[in-house]
Amino acid sequence: MLEIKNLHVNIEGKEILKGIDLHVRAGEIHAIMGPNGSGKSTLASAIAGKDIVEITEGEINYMGENLKDMNPEDRARKGLFLGFQYPVEIPGVSLVNFMKTAINENRKFKGLEPISASEFLKMMNEKQELVGLHAKLTSRSVNEGFSGGEKKRNEIFQMAMLEPLLAILDETDSGLDIDAMKIVANGVNKLKRSYNATILITHYQRLLDYVIPDFVHVLYKGRIVRSGEKELAQELEEKGYEWIEEEV
Amino acid sequence: MNLLTSVTEIKQQIIEQFEKHADELYNGTGNRINRFRKQALDDFNRLGIPTAKNENYRYTPVDRFLQGSYDLDLKANPFRIEPEDVFKCNIPELDTDVLLFLNGFYYGSGRPLNVPDGVVICSLNEASERHPDIFQAHYSKYASTSEDGLVAMNTLFARDGIFIYLPDDAVLRRPLQIINLSHSFNNLRITRRNLVVAGKNTAASLVICDHTLCEQSYHINSLTEIVLDDHSHIDYTRIQNENNLSAQINNVFVNQQSGSLFNSHIITLHAGLSRNNFYVNLMAPFCESNLYGLFLCDRKQHVANYTLMNHDSPDCLSNQLFKGILDDEATGTFNGKIHVRKDAQKTRAYQRNNNILLSSASKMNSKPHLEIYADDVKCSHGATTGQLDNEALFYARTRGISEKEARHLLMYAFANEIVSEISVDILRERIIEMIDKRLRGELSRCNNCDIHCTS
Repeated sequence: MLEIKNLHVNIEGKEILKGIDLHVRAGEIHAIMGPNGSGKSTLASAIAGKDIVEITEGEINYMGENLKDMNPEDRARKGLFLGFQYPVEIPGVSLVNFMKTAINENRKFKGLEPISASEFLKMMNEKQELVGLHAKLTSRSVNEGFSGGEKKRNEIFQMAMLEPLLAILDETDSGLDIDAMKIVANGVNKLKRSYNATILITHYQRLLDYVIPDFVHVLYKGRIVRSGEKELAQELEEKGYEWIEEEV
Repeated sequence: MNLLTSVTEIKQQIIEQFEKHADELYNGTGNRINRFRKQALDDFNRLGIPTAKNENYRYTPVDRFLQGSYDLDLKANPFRIEPEDVFKCNIPELDTDVLLFLNGFYYGSGRPLNVPDGVVICSLNEASERHPDIFQAHYSKYASTSEDGLVAMNTLFARDGIFIYLPDDAVLRRPLQIINLSHSFNNLRITRRNLVVAGKNTAASLVICDHTLCEQSYHINSLTEIVLDDHSHIDYTRIQNENNLSAQINNVFVNQQSGSLFNSHIITLHAGLSRNNFYVNLMAPFCESNLYGLFLCDRKQHVANYTLMNHDSPDCLSNQLFKGILDDEATGTFNGKIHVRKDAQKTRAYQRNNNILLSSASKMNSKPHLEIYADDVKCSHGATTGQLDNEALFYARTRGISEKEARHLLMYAFANEIVSEISVDILRERIIEMIDKRLRGELSRCNNCDIHCTS
C-alpha cells in the first residue's frame, strides 16, 4: 500500500529525513516512535503533501503511484488521511459544513452525487457516537474553542467520516488523559479492516497498550534505526531513547 | 509627465457645469433645496475635490476616478422607460415595498405602498414643497457643507432623492427596497440626496441596491441624512454593485436621540471607487449604533470606509466592524474614529477592521482611531491585515477539499461574520448567495447580480 524508498527531505534547506525506507501493507498497524526532533512529523507531512516539504532524493509510492507531484487533496481522495498533531482552527467554518464539503469533494472525485441531507446526518450521528464527540461541537467552528482532547477526538471523528485506506495519526495521543486516549484508541481499533492500514506516530509507548501495532519503528535523527514487533516499544519504554542513541 | 487632469481643473469643470445649468436646476427644484446652493458653491469652491493632503482622504484617489467628461441629467426619464415593465424586482420571497430611482430621479413604485397612515414616502423635491415644516427642520441641517468638498458638491447639485417620514409610533412591517439604477448613453454625474426622518417609537428597514445597468462611467454623489427620534429603530442595508468605471461617494449622516437604534450594513460587491463616509452622532443617552461593512474588490478597484462615531452622551453603545477581501491590484482604506466626549460616561464603543489580501499587489490602509475624553468607558479598536491562513488551507486539503474550494470556504467564513448580522432572513440568504457568487468570480458585472432588477 505504502512504499517509501530512501526518502530524503529538506525543510527550508535543512535536511530532516536522511534516507527512510518503510513498507506498509493493508491490514497492518505501524508505530513510529522517536525523540523530539527526530523527523516524525516531517515524515507525516511528506506523505500528506505539505508544500514546505522538499523531497531531494528517494520516493513515496502509494497504491502503486509516486506521490511526488500529487497535491494533498488528491492524495486524500485516494484514501490518505493525516491526523494532525496540532489540529488547525478554522474560524467561521462550522464542523458540519466542513465535513459536508469534504465528503462531497471526495464523492465528486469518485463520480458520485452529493450526499443527501438525511444520509449525511445519519453518518454524522453514527461517527460522533463512535468517537464520543459531543454533538454540540459539530455546529461550532472547526476546532475553535475545542479543548485539547476534543481536538484530537475530532481528528478521529473526521477519520471515521472519511474512511481512509491509510491513516497517519501524528501524536494523536499527546496531551490526552487516559480516558480520552482509550476513546481514540478504541476508534482506531474499531475502524481497522483487512483493507486499511494505520501509521501511529507517537512519542510514548502508552498508546500502544491500547492499539497493538504489528510493527514498531524507531526514528532517530532522520533515519529509521530500529524496526521490530510490538516488544520493541516495550523495550524502548524501559530503556529510554538514550539506549538508541548509544546503540547508534 | 502627469496625464491626469488636476483636481483644480476638475473642480473648475464642475463649477462651470453648475453655472451652465444653474437656471434649470433652480427652476426645477423647490426653494427649500435651492436656498442652500449658494453657500454650497462657496464651500465647494474653497474646498474642491479632496486630495491626499486631506488626512481623511489620504489614501483615496478620488481624482483618479473623476477623469474625463460627464453629462448632467436635470430631468427625469430621459429614456422613456416604463419602470414597471423594465424593472421588476425578482425576489419573490423578499416581500418588500419597492421604489425605483433612475440616474438619481424618483420613479416611485409600480404599486401602492402598503404603509401606515401618516407615513410619507416620496421624492425629495416633492417633499420640499408638500411637507415644508418637516423638510425645513432637517434638510441640510446635519450635512455641513463647510468641511468636505464632496458634501458641498452634493448640496450644490441636489435635485432629487428619497424622502421618508415616519410619524410617531409608525412601524413599517415590510422592508422598503430602494433600487438606484444608472443607465445612460454618456458618462453621467449623478446626485442623490435623501432624507429620512423617524419619529418616536418608529421602526423601518431600508434596503438600498445600487446598480449600474451599462458600461458608462458614473460619478455618483449620494448623501443621506437620517434622523432618529427617541426609541426609533432604523436598519440600513446597502448593496453596492456598480461597474468598474464608476465612482460612488456615499455620505451618511446619522443623528440619534435617546434610546434609538441604528444598524447599518454596507456590502460593496463591485465598484470602481466606493467611498462610504458615516457620521454618527449619539446625541442622547441609551442609543445604540452598529456599523458593519464588507467589501470584496479586485482589479484596480478602490473601496474606502470612513466613520466618525461621536459619543456625545452617556450610556450609549456603538459597534463598528468592517472587513475586506482584496485581490489583484485593488486597494482599500478603513479610517474609523470613535470620539467620546467628556460627559459621555459609561460609553461602550468598539471598532474592528480585518482584511485579507489575496495578492501581493493589493493594498490596504487601515487607521483605527480612538479619542476619549471621559474616564469611565469601555472602548476598543483594532485592525488586522493578512493572508488566507496557509495552515487552514492545508488542513482542509488533507480532507480532500480542493485548494479552490478551501480558499472559498475560508473567504466565505471571513465574510459571513458581517452578513450573519443582517436581521431580515431572506435578504441575508440572498446576500450570502451573491457573496458566494462574487467570491467564485461568477458575479463579474453588476447587471447579472442575483437581484434581477431588470426582467
